[in-house]
Amino acid sequence: MMRFLLLFSRQGKLRLQKWFTPGAERERKKVIRDVTLMVLARPPRSCNFLQWRDLKIVYKRYASLYFCCGLEPQDNELLTLEVLHRYVELLDKYFGNVCELDIIFNFEKAYFILDEFLMGGEILETSKTAVGTAMEEAETLQETMEEYLSKPTF
Amino acid sequence: MAEVMLPLWFSHEAKELYSNQSIQEAADQDMSPSVRLQEMIRVIRGARTQGEERGVIQRECAAIRAQFRQADNGTRSHNLAKLLYVHMLGYPAHFGQMECVRLIASPRYNEKRVGYLGAMMLLDENQDASLLITNSIKNDLSHSSQYVQSLALCTLACMGSAEMCRDLAPEIDRLLRASNSYIKKKAALCAVHIVRKVPELGELFTPAARALLSEKNHGVLHGAVVLITELCERNIDTLEQFRKVVPELVQIMKGLVMSGYSPEHNVAGISDPFLQVRILRLLRILGRNNDTASDSMNDLLAQVATNTDSSKTAGSAVLYETVLTVMDIKSESGLRVLAVNILGRFLLNNDRNIRYISMTSLQKIVQTDHNAVQRHRGTIVDCLKDQDASVKRRALELSLALVSAVNIRSLMKELLLFLSSCPPELRAHTASGIFNAAERYAPSQRWHIDTILHVLTTAGGDVRDETVPNLIQLITTATDLHCYTVHKLYRALVTDISVQSLVQVACWCIGEYGDLLLTGECEETEPVQVTEDDVLDALETVLQSHMSSPATRGFALTATMKLSTRITHNVDRIRSIVSIYGSCIDVELQQRAVEYNALFKKYDHMRAAVLERMPVIDKSSPGHTNGESAGGTIKEMEPTKLTNELVLPKEPANQVCDLLDLLGGPGEPLHPTPAPSNTVKGPVMSTSGGDLLDLLGGLEVTPAPPCVKVYEKNGVTLKLQTDKQTDTGMNITLTATNSTEADITSLTLQAAVPKSVQLQMKAPSGDVIPAHGLGLVTQTVLLNNPNKVSLKMRVRVCYTSQGTLCQDMVQIDSFPSPTW
Repeated sequence: MMRFLLLFSRQGKLRLQKWFTPGAERERKKVIRDVTLMVLARPPRSCNFLQWRDLKIVYKRYASLYFCCGLEPQDNELLTLEVLHRYVELLDKYFGNVCELDIIFNFEKAYFILDEFLMGGEILETSKTAVGTAMEEAETLQETMEEYLSKPTF
Repeated sequence: MAEVMLPLWFSHEAKELYSNQSIQEAADQDMSPSVRLQEMIRVIRGARTQGEERGVIQRECAAIRAQFRQADNGTRSHNLAKLLYVHMLGYPAHFGQMECVRLIASPRYNEKRVGYLGAMMLLDENQDASLLITNSIKNDLSHSSQYVQSLALCTLACMGSAEMCRDLAPEIDRLLRASNSYIKKKAALCAVHIVRKVPELGELFTPAARALLSEKNHGVLHGAVVLITELCERNIDTLEQFRKVVPELVQIMKGLVMSGYSPEHNVAGISDPFLQVRILRLLRILGRNNDTASDSMNDLLAQVATNTDSSKTAGSAVLYETVLTVMDIKSESGLRVLAVNILGRFLLNNDRNIRYISMTSLQKIVQTDHNAVQRHRGTIVDCLKDQDASVKRRALELSLALVSAVNIRSLMKELLLFLSSCPPELRAHTASGIFNAAERYAPSQRWHIDTILHVLTTAGGDVRDETVPNLIQLITTATDLHCYTVHKLYRALVTDISVQSLVQVACWCIGEYGDLLLTGECEETEPVQVTEDDVLDALETVLQSHMSSPATRGFALTATMKLSTRITHNVDRIRSIVSIYGSCIDVELQQRAVEYNALFKKYDHMRAAVLERMPVIDKSSPGHTNGESAGGTIKEMEPTKLTNELVLPKEPANQVCDLLDLLGGPGEPLHPTPAPSNTVKGPVMSTSGGDLLDLLGGLEVTPAPPCVKVYEKNGVTLKLQTDKQTDTGMNITLTATNSTEADITSLTLQAAVPKSVQLQMKAPSGDVIPAHGLGLVTQTVLLNNPNKVSLKMRVRVCYTSQGTLCQDMVQIDSFPSPTW
């Protein structure tokens, strides 16, 4: 299973973090710092795989963002590259020519899309179109301001 | 990689949505509450310093806190979203935890959605607040809207504690059976999480998991395969059960491989590579150690291996998983060969990633399919020269695993080349790998010594501490290479004295074999022509250099001292060096110098014996560690013994006589017993030091050691002396002397003892007995007699005398009483 998924900029600013195992806040911060430094230090045309502690790190750079995840030893690294690519495609479909700003200003949407694609560190949906459809339909449930205020509170 | 990069660009102009103006306009028109979130993000990003950012965030957090306390005004979800953004920047957000709990319980979808997101980010099983959402999750699992159900499932799978999992497992099982595909696939992965947290619950999900394999929906199928994999990995019985579904899995896989183009699932020509890989992984687990299962998947694996297009990553990923499966199950040999060939092909791929994973896989099978991997050795060795550090590391591991007696010479050349240019973080590992390989497969001692020297010159700073004593031990055993070694090391020393390990070995050799160095002759290599002064200069440079560590300086001082018996002209220079260091600040050096001084002054007659050439060091003896420790203890004993000696006034003449007797006379058993401690820092610490101790201690006991003649023939005399005797053992020394006109050569002594007695013969001091009784050969024998039988020994003596080979047997029925 995937242990975590991180998105960070070339300057090392975190844009998204998804953890699939429990852990203390301090420990997570340390992991982010270590992995970010390690990945950012890699020269341009390097191999996309690293060994770190007991995990395999797979990362791919898309424009100004690094997509990086930590895998367990039995996971398939090449497939994970495809997973990262698929996630980028899903974001692109949703936002239309996605860029880093989209992910910054709509981070919650990025999480919602991720949650339709991966769950518990495993792939949830392999179809290219299903995730987009689910997002659209969920959005119809999002109330407008009026509906929102008119609904009874608890 | 020939992947199409998506047009992600970071351009302010292109995305007007996020400009100051557009956000401001939207805020003015109150278009959407989320603008307030985006407004905050914009303000935070506008901060020019860390301090300014902190200030903005503190204000925002205060506002958010206040909002949380207020009555509902429709902004709660946005406030929590703001808090989550702040949290992602690294600021504390724990005060939002209760708000998450509240929002999750809200009937509004917006609020639920953000509440659950907040729970996944801020709550984990270690927080108490997480238990509070269990009830909400339970309710939402039965909600009428699948999107609400989905939120609950997702959150449970993300941060559900063991307790929550136990509580909600029956619900999940229900959803696995009776719901639509959208929920089923999520329930499946939720079940996976539950099984990971509470393995006993696996039994609960097994029937449902089995049923899911007949679903058509890829998402559900994928979830089912993951769940079954998890169940099988945790429970042997479940694994047995699921072996029956191998045919079904094979069918599904075949369907995927041979299906036509499906736009929904197609990735670079492969139909749903994600599902294919998971099925292959499950097949691997089911086929492992089971012939039947392995047989039934054989054809499929062959088909996938041959038909999958690996020009893009997706195809390579599937092929990779196929290879791993083939190698792990009981596949037939043809299939295995096919798999290794695929890996070989991967090795030649332009894509670094593929080369990398090929080597990781080869590493896994190098033990079991060694020959197959050897075929690709050339390519692997080429990868040592790759630019990429990850690829280099893999290539190194694999190369070290491929070393064998056959390829040692050529492979070592490559490894040494690699060592000289490899990244610093790999040097220590490479050096130790080279040493291990050299030790196991060295074709000759000279090659072995050369290799170690090469490593020390290239990467001497990265080798482990044991290298120095190990190398010295090796050098002593290569008796015919002493001349070669000392000339080579001298050259290395005068070139560069910065590498401590090399300098230490060089000093030791020069001290030991300085006489060979000074002859200026050497067969195997070009000899150096040096004078005694040159050699002493070199050692003094090491002594005085700031680059030399204290240990190194110790080596140099002792070597200088040893040379006093190997050179003829400059002994005075050595005397003065030694006396200067008698007041050195370093206590270790000072102590040595003082003792060496004493050796010059009071014990000059013993100096030759004390500093004699060391015998071959036995690798297995207990003191064979880094010289430091063993040397230390014996050293401490030294000075006290010396002072004792000084205090004893009685019979000084006798003492001297005894010492002379023990040391000097021909035929007298002077036996430098082989060193029990392999200190290499100086003879004073070693056996001869032991001798010193013994001699001094033994002054209380006056008679000379009893010695029994056990063989006398052809001018060769063999005497036996008991050094030590206990209830269960005995140490004896055999001494051979020669009274003929010519040297006796090729002397060997072999011994046999009764069955229950254990015998250990130490290395003899030599195999040539000089003529006219001018020298002798000694050999120590250790006998261990645990059953306390009566000790007898038979000794076979073989030697060549004046060209004729002589061989005799001697029976020894009684042993003399031991010496002190």
